[in-house]
Amino acid sequence: MNKDILICGVGGQGTVLASKIIAAAAMEEGSPVHSAETIGMAQRGGSVTSHVRIGGEACSPLIPYGSADMLLAFEPGEAVRNLKYLRQGGIAVVNTAPTKPVTESLRDTGYDGREMIEYLQQKCDCILINAEEVCKPFGSTRFFNVILLGVAAGSGHLGLSRETLLKQLEKRVPPKYLEINTRAFLAGVEIAGQASGERKGE
Amino acid sequence: MKQYVMGNGAIALGALAAGVNLVAGYPGTPSSEIIETISHYPHEGLHLEWSVNEKAALEVAAAAAYSGARAMVTMKQMGLNVASDPLMSVAYIGVKGGLVIVSADDPGPISSQTEQDTRRYADFCRIPVFDPSSPEEAYEMIQEAFAYSEKYSTPVLFRPTTRVCHAYASVETPDSFAPKAYEGFERDPGRWVIFPRLSYINHGKMEARNVEIGRDFSSFRFNTAEGEASEKAVVTSGVSYTYVKECLKGHEGVRLIRIATAFPFPEDFILKALEGVKEVLCIEELSPFIEEQILKAAGKHHLALRVSGKLDGSVPHNGENSVELCTGILNTFLGVRTGYDQRDLSDAPALPVRPPVLCAGCPHRASFYAVKKAMKGRKAVFCGDIGCYTLGNAMPLDMVDTCLCMGAGITMAQGLSHMNRDTVSFAFVGDSTFFASGMTGVVNAVYNEADMILCVLDNSTTAMTGHQPHPGTGRNMMGNVVEKVNIEKVLEGIGVKKIVTVDPLALEDSIRAVQECAEETGVRAIIFKSPCVAITKPEKKCAIDTAKCVNCKKCIREIGCPALITVDGRVAIDRNLCAGCGLCSHICPTGAIGGEQ
Repeated sequence: MNKDILICGVGGQGTVLASKIIAAAAMEEGSPVHSAETIGMAQRGGSVTSHVRIGGEACSPLIPYGSADMLLAFEPGEAVRNLKYLRQGGIAVVNTAPTKPVTESLRDTGYDGREMIEYLQQKCDCILINAEEVCKPFGSTRFFNVILLGVAAGSGHLGLSRETLLKQLEKRVPPKYLEINTRAFLAGVEIAGQASGERKGE
Repeated sequence: MKQYVMGNGAIALGALAAGVNLVAGYPGTPSSEIIETISHYPHEGLHLEWSVNEKAALEVAAAAAYSGARAMVTMKQMGLNVASDPLMSVAYIGVKGGLVIVSADDPGPISSQTEQDTRRYADFCRIPVFDPSSPEEAYEMIQEAFAYSEKYSTPVLFRPTTRVCHAYASVETPDSFAPKAYEGFERDPGRWVIFPRLSYINHGKMEARNVEIGRDFSSFRFNTAEGEASEKAVVTSGVSYTYVKECLKGHEGVRLIRIATAFPFPEDFILKALEGVKEVLCIEELSPFIEEQILKAAGKHHLALRVSGKLDGSVPHNGENSVELCTGILNTFLGVRTGYDQRDLSDAPALPVRPPVLCAGCPHRASFYAVKKAMKGRKAVFCGDIGCYTLGNAMPLDMVDTCLCMGAGITMAQGLSHMNRDTVSFAFVGDSTFFASGMTGVVNAVYNEADMILCVLDNSTTAMTGHQPHPGTGRNMMGNVVEKVNIEKVLEGIGVKKIVTVDPLALEDSIRAVQECAEETGVRAIIFKSPCVAITKPEKKCAIDTAKCVNCKKCIREIGCPALITVDGRVAIDRNLCAGCGLCSHICPTGAIGGEQ
C-alpha cells in the first residue's frame, strides 16, 4: 500500500499526535513509513504541517504537490493553503471552525473561514466537521485531533484498520484520559459513517 | 531494534553505535535534537554537554579526540562560523580518535540568518565532508565518518540539511550501546602544539592525503550512479537526491549521479560515471559546489561536457529545492514531463497570514513595552539579538532596530553610541546568548567607555530552540544540579557600575528602572527576570469586566498579545492562550482587566 497523508493546522492543535499515531499504525501493519513535521519558531501560532508517507515508493520526505491521498485539515484556511498537495480524486477532511490569525485583532480582515469552505467544496471531495460542535460532548476542543483521526479512519481512505489506530492511540495518551479519547475516536468514526451515507444519498 | 526517529535522532543513534565517548554542542535549529536524543538513551561512560558556545564545544571535543576517544560536536551552520577558529587549526593538527563535526545547513533559510554552505568550510579547511540524503543514510554515514576520521587522523565535517534533520524514518540499531575503549592523552608536543613550522609541514601532508581520500571516496558506497549510460546525466546531493528520484520515477534515459562526499571530490568516480555523457545538470542546494568540481574536472580532463546548474541560471542560487522545483528544471533539461499533475489553484481566496509572534504571556513583551514606554519622546536605538526576542520587531511593539548575529547587539549598541551621541543605545540579549557570546562584549563596553544600556532578558532557558539548559539554569546534560552562574555577579565582576534587576511583569517598576538608567551615563544594565511561559504553568488567567470595558482596544494596539482577541467586535480574552501575566491589566485605562483564579 502506498498512501500520502498531509496533516495541517495551526500550532497547538495537536496535529503532531495525529501524525504520530497514523505513522505508528502503518508501521504496525507492516508498511515502511516516512514523515516530516514543522519544527521551531513556526510552531507558535503559525501554520504547521505533517507529511506522512506510507509505503516503499516514497523518496522525498515531503509529499509532492498533487500526490496526497488525504488532506487532514484542522483549520479551513490551512486546508486551502495545503490543497496543492491533494491529488485529483483525493479526499479532504476539514474542520470548518476557523482559527483567526493572531494579527487579526490588530487588523480586522473579517476572516471567518466560510469562503475557504466554499472554495474547498468546489475543488475536491470533502468531509466537513465543525470542531466546536463535535467537541461539545467532550467539554474541550483538545479532543478534536482524536475525533478527526476517527473521521479519517472511518472514511476508509486512510487504508488502516480502526483497531490498529486505537491500539496506537492507547500507547500515546495518559491512562486516565484513555476512555474519553477512545470515545472521541469512535465519535469521529461515526461522523465519517454519516458523511459517507449523506454523500451516497445525494 | 527498529526505531522510528527524526533525522537528528538517527545521527545521535549512529554516533552511539559508533561508540562515541564525548558529545558537545550548542543548540540551533535544525541541529538541536541530536544532543537531546543522546540524553534520552543510557550512555554510561559518555560525556555529554551543551557547551557555552560552538567554539567551546569544538575545543572540548578536539581534546577528547587527541586522547584517542571518539568525539562529536553538533551545531547549526552559523555555529560553525563561531567554531571556525579552532576548526581551521585542528584541521592542521589532526586527531587520534575520530572527531566528527556535525554542522546542519538550512536551505531556505527556514530559521537562520544566512544560506551558507558547510561544504565550503570543508574545502577551506581541507577536511572531508559527508552529506546524507535521508535519516536512514545519516545513521549509517555518521558511523563511516568516524571510521574515515580515524583512518586519516583528521577531523571530518558531517552536513545534514533541515529536511534530513527533521524527517522521520525507521533505523535498525543495536539494543545497547557501549563507548569505545581509548588509551588516553599522551604527551607529544611535536604533534599537539601548533607552531608555524608544524603547520607548514602538515599543510603539505594534508594536501597529499586529500588526493588519497578523493581516491578512497571514489568507491564510497554512498557515491552512486543509477540508470543506464546516456547522453544526459543529473548530478545531485543531499535531500535533493530524493526530490530528483521522486521526479524521475518511471523515466528512463537519464543517468542519476549522487555525490555524498563533495570534498575531497571523488574525481575517479565522477569521470567513470560521466562516461558517454554530453550534458550534465547539477541540482544541489546552497552553493554550486559540486557543479564547480565538475567544471574543474571537465577542464582538467578536456571533457566535451555541457554543465548546467546554478552557474548558468538553470537552478536558483537561493532557497531550498523541492520536488516541484526539480520537476520544472528536469522537464526543461530532459524535454519530457516528470513529476505529478498539479491543481490549478490560482483562483484561491486570500489566505490568513500567520507570522510567528511572541507567545501570550511572554515576559519579553513586557520588557520591550517597559523600555518603549520609558523612552517615549526620547531618541533611542534598540539593538536586538538572536532568540525568541527577535520577535520584538513585530507590530505593535516594533522594538528591534538591528539584529546581526549571536551577541552582536551588545557590541553594535556601542558602535551606535560612539557615532550617535544624542541617542540612548539599548542592547537586548537573552540569557543563553549572554553566556554564548555576550559577556566579552560587555568587557569591551566597560573597557572602551561605551555609553549604553544592556537589557538582559533572563527567562532562565534557551527558549527558541526548545528549552535547553545553560550555565544560568543550574542543570547540565549529565543530569546534574550545578552552581548557577549568576548574570548579575558576572556583570559586577566585569565592572558594570549600575545593575538593576526587575520583574518585567511589574510594569511600573520596570519603566522606572529604565528611566533611571537613561538618566545616567556609562555602561548600565537591567536584568529583566521572569521565567519563559512555555515551561511554567499559569496560576491564573485574565478576565475582562465587560461592565467597565469601553472597548477602546488600547490593550490590543499597545502590546499585541495573541490572547487579546475581538469577538463580534468587542475585546475578549482567549482563555486557551492567556497565561495570566497581567500586562494588559496595567494598560487598560478603565481598569477593566483583572486576574481570575
